[in-house]
Amino acid sequence: MDPAVPAIGSSLPRVDGVAKVTGRARYLDDLDAAGAWHGATVRSKTAFGVLEAIDLDPAFDWSQVVVATAADIPGANVIALIEDDQPALVKIGQRVMHVDEAIALVAAPTRALAFEAAKHITPRVRAMTPVYSLEDALACKQPLYKDTNVFKQFLIRKGHEADAELDAAFARAAQVIEGTYDTSPQEQMYIEPQAMMAEWRDGRCFIVGSMQCPYYVHKAMKALLGCGPDGVVITQSVTGGGFGGKEEYPSMLAAHVAVLAAKAKRAVKIVYDRDEDIAATTKRHPCRTHHRLAVDAAGEILAVDIDVVMDGGAYLTLSPVVLSRGVLHAAGPYRCPVVRVRGRVVATNHPPHGAFRGFGAPQTTFAYERQMQKLAIARGEDPLALRKRLALRSGDTTATGQLLGFSVGTDEVIAAIEGVAGTAPTRDGTGPTGAPVRRGRGVCFYFHGAGFTGSGEQRLAGRATIALTTAGTFEVRSSSTDIGQGSITMFTQIAAGALGVDASLVSVIDPSTANVPDSGPTVASRTCMVVGSLVDQGSRALAGQLQTWAAENGLGGRPLLEIAKARSAHGELTHTVQYEPPPGIEWNDTTYTGSAYPVYGWAACLVDVSVDLDTYEVTIDRCVQAVDVGKAINPSIVKGQIEGGTLQALGWAVLENVVYKDGKVANANMTNCIVPTFADAPDLETILVEVPYPFGPSGAKGVGEIPMDGPAAAVANAVENALGVAFDRLPISPEAIAATKSQWSPS
Amino acid sequence: MKVTLTVNGAMHAVEVSPWKRLLDVLREDLRLTGTKEGCGEGECGACTVMLDGEAVNSCLVAVGQCDARTVTTVEGLARGDVLHAVQKALVACGGAQCGICTPGIAVCAAHVIDRGLVIGRDEPSARAQVRELLAGNICRCTGYQLIVDAVIAAAREVGER
Ligand code: FES
Ligand code: FES
Repeated sequence: MDPAVPAIGSSLPRVDGVAKVTGRARYLDDLDAAGAWHGATVRSKTAFGVLEAIDLDPAFDWSQVVVATAADIPGANVIALIEDDQPALVKIGQRVMHVDEAIALVAAPTRALAFEAAKHITPRVRAMTPVYSLEDALACKQPLYKDTNVFKQFLIRKGHEADAELDAAFARAAQVIEGTYDTSPQEQMYIEPQAMMAEWRDGRCFIVGSMQCPYYVHKAMKALLGCGPDGVVITQSVTGGGFGGKEEYPSMLAAHVAVLAAKAKRAVKIVYDRDEDIAATTKRHPCRTHHRLAVDAAGEILAVDIDVVMDGGAYLTLSPVVLSRGVLHAAGPYRCPVVRVRGRVVATNHPPHGAFRGFGAPQTTFAYERQMQKLAIARGEDPLALRKRLALRSGDTTATGQLLGFSVGTDEVIAAIEGVAGTAPTRDGTGPTGAPVRRGRGVCFYFHGAGFTGSGEQRLAGRATIALTTAGTFEVRSSSTDIGQGSITMFTQIAAGALGVDASLVSVIDPSTANVPDSGPTVASRTCMVVGSLVDQGSRALAGQLQTWAAENGLGGRPLLEIAKARSAHGELTHTVQYEPPPGIEWNDTTYTGSAYPVYGWAACLVDVSVDLDTYEVTIDRCVQAVDVGKAINPSIVKGQIEGGTLQALGWAVLENVVYKDGKVANANMTNCIVPTFADAPDLETILVEVPYPFGPSGAKGVGEIPMDGPAAAVANAVENALGVAFDRLPISPEAIAATKSQWSPS
Repeated sequence: MKVTLTVNGAMHAVEVSPWKRLLDVLREDLRLTGTKEGCGEGECGACTVMLDGEAVNSCLVAVGQCDARTVTTVEGLARGDVLHAVQKALVACGGAQCGICTPGIAVCAAHVIDRGLVIGRDEPSARAQVRELLAGNICRCTGYQLIVDAVIAAAREVGER
């Protein structure tokens, strides 16, 4: 093989690396559009009520600006996603559902003028009694969604048909561990705020911006603009982070810039302020999980019974799918004959909660891994040994009855942690500042389903195209976006490897709905595993086509590059591959049984903490994650993914929080809505474990989300180990620690 | 007001309000869009530039304060096509993911390295030092580990020259 062919498993430097370190990479706000105006959004300020009027301040000079309202929307006034319940702009006479809901839009030649003008528009809302708590939502005195306030509910049953059988299993138990776990909303805090630009040319709308899923925006814009697939073109610009936060919300900005651009008759750009971004866009669903675990005298699990309730916020958005992933992970990666999981996601007057790395699984993982810790303590058993004893392995079945056949990295990840754990820190001591500290160690074990849930991939039938261009180079065409996770580098590596050519001859084109097939959204840890596999197959098929052509044209046996050169003179040659599910993957959406995911990632995590006894702050002294990724196509990129996700999880555990007051984010700025800095972060130890997935490219499976699921529980377990008090609610803030002082175990 | 400032070695005179943010003058008037805005409130460090040899958040600096002063942005770190050691190391180590924080981090880290603030220390204390000196720059993608690796690698390379 040509020595310049990048090997699978080598850390090819990012193909976009130089552009990013030199400042040449152009994000949306860096793009010029001649004469582009700036847009700003007028928001409700009232959490719940009926919009009666939109008042324009008569003293303001409106001659320089354009104002748009729901009346200017050419098609359906909805952000089409799962259900069409969310409007792009609230229409007069309709209900306002949250405090930062968009009411009107302004465009002006400068951003400052647009924001100034927006301040002179006042929505007049007749207020009604809002609903904020899960209890009030479920009690449904004020219906927000249908007559139940329940957006979606699920019931999973394993090993029993009626509740009485479950009760009987609990009645047989030698021990029952029971707890309620509350996790907080979390802000994605991508460093590039939401940003989008639109321009109309010859009756077509061209939208470019920061996003994860061009075809989601495309679907939403077809409905909103009332046009066919060619009436609107969606293009991703270089995107400064997403983590789920740019999965559904960009459709909202796209709607707004499209409407403004039509009215202003020029390009219009909207770039959110940080405060606005934190206040108005989606966050991780706050969640309450009630978990009961029954074990026999030997410590074997007899049954689990779990009830999950999430706050979906004002509109349905992606909540059903988030809840689905949450309930499907809720029983954890443990053997258990009898399982009942109930889940509900409810409507409130908070801004809609949405996608964030992990997508419901971090919430329920926190609950089950706290439960396992309590079981270990109750039995006086070593926490890691207990997990090893009860963990799922090949041949076992999950809560949905999925028989695990391959790529189960349980023993490998646990062994990796055992191998590096070393002695636990001494409990009492002094910290670097001389303050007294209590130290503790926590572990957790967890899994994460890779790819879409159930039959999602079959339904989507994603496609990717590999092309030989007329220039004799190769192109990968897919709608998968690189949002920092490195997909364009990985695709380059996979395609170059499969074709056997130098990486510099392969380019991954910018995703634009005009040029790429729908390979599905960049979500669910599916890009490398699912789309990467299409790229792999497509590249091999294209190479085969070239060999066939060569044989027919007297070039048989020549190097591929030479053949490609000769063939390119006759025009472009492409090969498109469509997703085919691996054999034996069957899912029943009605009974919620079968193969919930084609494969799972497996992980174990060890965390050492110290709690400062003066300031009550928790410091993460050490964090090791061992993650089974199937195969690391590019170990440096995979490591970067795991470390980024790990720190988001550690932040969620001890310092991040979104605080709502009267339905509004009370800490909507980076000063108060904090995320970990260089100084807050420990050195992260990452162990890549590779138990190949037979249907992934070179054995790779999803990695993007899994690191987010486990560490928060490991931290809580470590803090409990240090202080002797259970922490079942996130974040474990200094206030939370201080409140337990009287219960700490004696030193 | 007319403000004269030297940016990446070139002299510029701009006619602007003295209250305009240095960040906006760089991005809008000089079309140097490498410097990013992540928060506009001095918290994220994406807008970091060097002002007379000190790292500042350009979103907090009014251009009126910059008259006759010298600014270095990310566009000024490389010499032609030759990247600064920290830029090379960030690429090699995988320290840039989405890249939106990278210009600010590269500027700040180049400063730290060029001043020799990390050399002559053992690994743990060098790492702690890097973490402290870069604590004003937030990265949400990397977990910081590979950035710290890159800065240490670049500091060693520069120190050995
Ligand atoms: S934009 Fe200046 S510090 Fe964030
Ligand atoms: S690389 Fe994305 S914020 Fe740092």
